[in-house]
Amino acid sequence: MSLRSYLQDHPTPYVWLWEFTSRILKGMKPLFERVGVERSSRIFEPVEAIGKHMAFDCRDCGQCALHYTGMTCPMTCPKNLRNGPCGGVRMNGKCEVRPEMDCVWVKAYERAQHTPYLHEMLRLNPPVDWRLEGMASWVTYATGQDQVTTGADLIPRYADEVLKQP
Amino acid sequence: MSANPPTPKSEETPIITGLSGTNSNLAKVLRAGGFGVAVEVSPPIGPNPEAVQKQITMLGGYADAYNVTDNQSANVHMSSLSVSIMLKQAGLDPVVQFTCRDRNRLGLQADLLGAAGFGIVNVLALSGDHPIWGDHPQSKSVYDIDSMNLIRMVRMMRDNQVFENGKTIPKRAPDFFIGAVENPFAPPHEYRPIRLAKKVVAGAQFIQTQLIFNVARFREFMKRVVDLGLHEKVYILAGVGPIRSIKGAEYMATQVAGMDVPDHILSLLRGLSKEDQAKAGLDLCCGIAHEVSQIEGVSGLHIMAIAWPEAVPQVVRNLGLYPRPSMAPGVAGDESSSTG
Repeated sequence: MSLRSYLQDHPTPYVWLWEFTSRILKGMKPLFERVGVERSSRIFEPVEAIGKHMAFDCRDCGQCALHYTGMTCPMTCPKNLRNGPCGGVRMNGKCEVRPEMDCVWVKAYERAQHTPYLHEMLRLNPPVDWRLEGMASWVTYATGQDQVTTGADLIPRYADEVLKQP
Repeated sequence: MSANPPTPKSEETPIITGLSGTNSNLAKVLRAGGFGVAVEVSPPIGPNPEAVQKQITMLGGYADAYNVTDNQSANVHMSSLSVSIMLKQAGLDPVVQFTCRDRNRLGLQADLLGAAGFGIVNVLALSGDHPIWGDHPQSKSVYDIDSMNLIRMVRMMRDNQVFENGKTIPKRAPDFFIGAVENPFAPPHEYRPIRLAKKVVAGAQFIQTQLIFNVARFREFMKRVVDLGLHEKVYILAGVGPIRSIKGAEYMATQVAGMDVPDHILSLLRGLSKEDQAKAGLDLCCGIAHEVSQIEGVSGLHIMAIAWPEAVPQVVRNLGLYPRPSMAPGVAGDESSSTG
């Protein structure tokens, strides 16, 4: 097992890091808006990319979902699935496309148990906005551009809406 | 990187159109409390409509709706939409399948409008097998949106009369009866019922499952679904299909993604003559179909006879599901009592 997956399987430090970063980022919203999302993104993207590439094999989608997906990057799924596994997962939990790789969502579901974000497994994640690709998701998160959905679904929705019991 | 990054849109009053798949024969049967039957139709790999005609003659009348696959197993076929139109014109109720593999949101919505334009109501949204499994492994897979967001997009086109970009659809909203799929056999097993619930929130009204050979696993899945109360929100059609030969069974067990064919089924077919294999495969299918029909929460069957459509009428007759109820337009299409 690689160091990367070892750390992802024990995600507590990442959870602390995210709790810390997300608070700071929310406070930086006015600054980002003043400097401009594009410009802020150009400054922060390289910094964010170094860490996230090493730690999560980040694919620079610009709308980070790690805290919704058990600290596992959904863009590393060959189908880029952001709402759970496809039906093709092998019986041994490996990816249908790359048999040597664990299914991203099998890992995500396992890892989410060790984070405070297990409930996010019930969340309907919006589709990727491909215009944000290559931007700093720290900036798009702070400004709320990473979660734009349409019509009646502006508010994030969760599966508990239809569940009899949680 | 775009020059103008998007800004969050302000909330607009959602239009609720009240449409819910009224003209779907499948919806009528299910809403009337009947046990639904859907059958899979395979589009030809050439430009020959005769192959479709043959299946219409062979299968017509044996199901409430006819699923038309979308480049099945990532092999190129005649398009699902065009074959669905042929079925519709022959008086059958098609379920047009949409995978996220080959089209982005523009392409998907264009074909959804096309389906609506031809009066096709049933749509089934799925991710789709990856091109690596098919005859064009060198092609680029699209996966612009995932199946969850495809379901959501179809629901919002119907309920809110908006495209995926939030803009209003001119003239009127299209009507759809929205289907989705679930594979109870693929890991993570514990998460599958939750993912099903997500699909229901996204807008799914009926679910078609992967082929069932491991009944014990399916039973476990359905128990969880019933405990969560999902069977009251969505119609679940259990996937069954006859196996023609041991070769076919072994192929499914080893070469098809997400299939669970237990060893006892393989050993049952092994050592039999070719004719006996087909007979045993047919009996096995009827046995499984009968067993899963009794499970709480199952509202119907989805029969997928891979490369063996001739067996389908026999299966439907053996199960005592023939003839299918004939649904007059408007009968039992009561929306107020509808689930989903």
